[in-house]
Amino acid sequence: MNTIYILWLRQVKKYFRSRSRIVGSLGQPILFLVAFGFGFGSIYQKAGGGSYIQFLAPGVILMGVLFTAVFSGIELIWDRQFGFLKETMVAPVTRFEIMLGRTVGGATVATLQGLIVFVLTLIIGFRPHNLLLLPLAFVFVFLSALLFTSLGTAIASLLEDMQGFQLIMNFLVMPIFFLSGALFPLKGVPQVMEIIARADPLTYGIDGLRGALISTSSFGMINDFLVLAVVTISLLAIGSYLFEKIQV
Amino acid sequence: MINVVNLVKKFQDFVAVDNISFDVKKGEIFAFLGPNGAGKSTTIKMLTTLLKPTSGEITLNGNNPLKNKNGVRKSFGIVFQDPSLDDDLTAWENMYFHAVLYKIPKDIRNSRIRELLEFVELLDRKDDLVKTFSGGMKRRLEIARGLLHHPTILFLDEPTLGLDPQTRNHMWSYLQNVNKKEQMTIFFTTHYMEEAERIAQRIAIIDRGKIIAIGSSEELKKQTKTNSLEEAFLSLTGKQIREEEATGIDRLRIHRKMFRR
Repeated sequence: MNTIYILWLRQVKKYFRSRSRIVGSLGQPILFLVAFGFGFGSIYQKAGGGSYIQFLAPGVILMGVLFTAVFSGIELIWDRQFGFLKETMVAPVTRFEIMLGRTVGGATVATLQGLIVFVLTLIIGFRPHNLLLLPLAFVFVFLSALLFTSLGTAIASLLEDMQGFQLIMNFLVMPIFFLSGALFPLKGVPQVMEIIARADPLTYGIDGLRGALISTSSFGMINDFLVLAVVTISLLAIGSYLFEKIQV
Repeated sequence: MINVVNLVKKFQDFVAVDNISFDVKKGEIFAFLGPNGAGKSTTIKMLTTLLKPTSGEITLNGNNPLKNKNGVRKSFGIVFQDPSLDDDLTAWENMYFHAVLYKIPKDIRNSRIRELLEFVELLDRKDDLVKTFSGGMKRRLEIARGLLHHPTILFLDEPTLGLDPQTRNHMWSYLQNVNKKEQMTIFFTTHYMEEAERIAQRIAIIDRGKIIAIGSSEELKKQTKTNSLEEAFLSLTGKQIREEEATGIDRLRIHRKMFRR
């Protein structure tokens, strides 16, 4: 338990110390909110969709979470060779504890990032429908953060160096975001796309978050929660299996 | 203290460590020398539970690394070839994390960290981030950290690489001191032959996965009829330069500076 706590604490401390990184990673969500939110706002309204900012905000919040989470998982590659992690590998603790502490730490950091983006959306004009459901929104943000940190960890356990990083960003993380229904409603899209979106875990995070923040959910929040929980647990299991097999 | 019998490590077809056996006694300072790619790091990794041997027996402080991982892990400290400190944490935090991982009781944690930081003369820098430290200071901190849980064996993988003679001298005088006082066994690798000659009580030379000579520096010189350990080493291992393929970690090393935020 202490091991998990100390590894968690490390991630959180490092996060608060890297101000430039916090600010830097907010650029993208802001750009999406402003360019898409205001750019498509009037068309969306005319098409009868209502306020686009309201629709977009949950997607952009989870975008911030997604990128931070995957990245902190992938950082494992680095840590394993040159970081503190190598030290933990020879310490009298189990690999599972190391993996769990690191993943929960990464997920916490990604959640904090999501909270900052949430505040930004409020500034731009987003208004949650029901403030009482905010704790539920938090659950969806944290669960998504945990899911994608585990995904990052699992991938990082398979890679030897950072060469594959761009590949993962462009062929995994970007598609996860763009094909998730973060930017457009999935109602009425071609069937192929709907199938892809349904296979994309982020879709359920966003759907659940929309349920909690703007009271519209296509799958139902309970279903969203169940899908996210099952995928997270499976990824954690896969991640810890792969992490166990890492040779330093 | 360390007992190795018929140790073998194969990576697919490549035999990295080829049936080696040796003993290191308690309180001994033992140098493990060899050209690049000879099998030094692979051996250290097997001794420190990071790699599983293909076959052979290892006993460390009475424990088998395969059967009793944690028993083995508690009994040694290690300083890796590449720095393994967290640059974004302070010296104190790096030490504190180690203390938690090794389950050093709460009531003695702080006093012991303080004592060791003082020992390596870093106490006045305890609240500074490690990224502001020089290479020598980082090494000292790593040594302090390696000693924090009072190990009976200390592994050092090329600990003096890139350090100036002053720091090197300083470092070894600390370590020799601990070695005498606590009877701590030291197992180290180096490419500096004069260092091995001066510090180590016994030396093993490994090449192409096999131990080709073992003994005190005097014995090795006598055996090869040479005047210095460097000459003895070259006479045993030949003058040919060893080429190593770049691995993932070498590529990472190249990008190291760039990636740092």
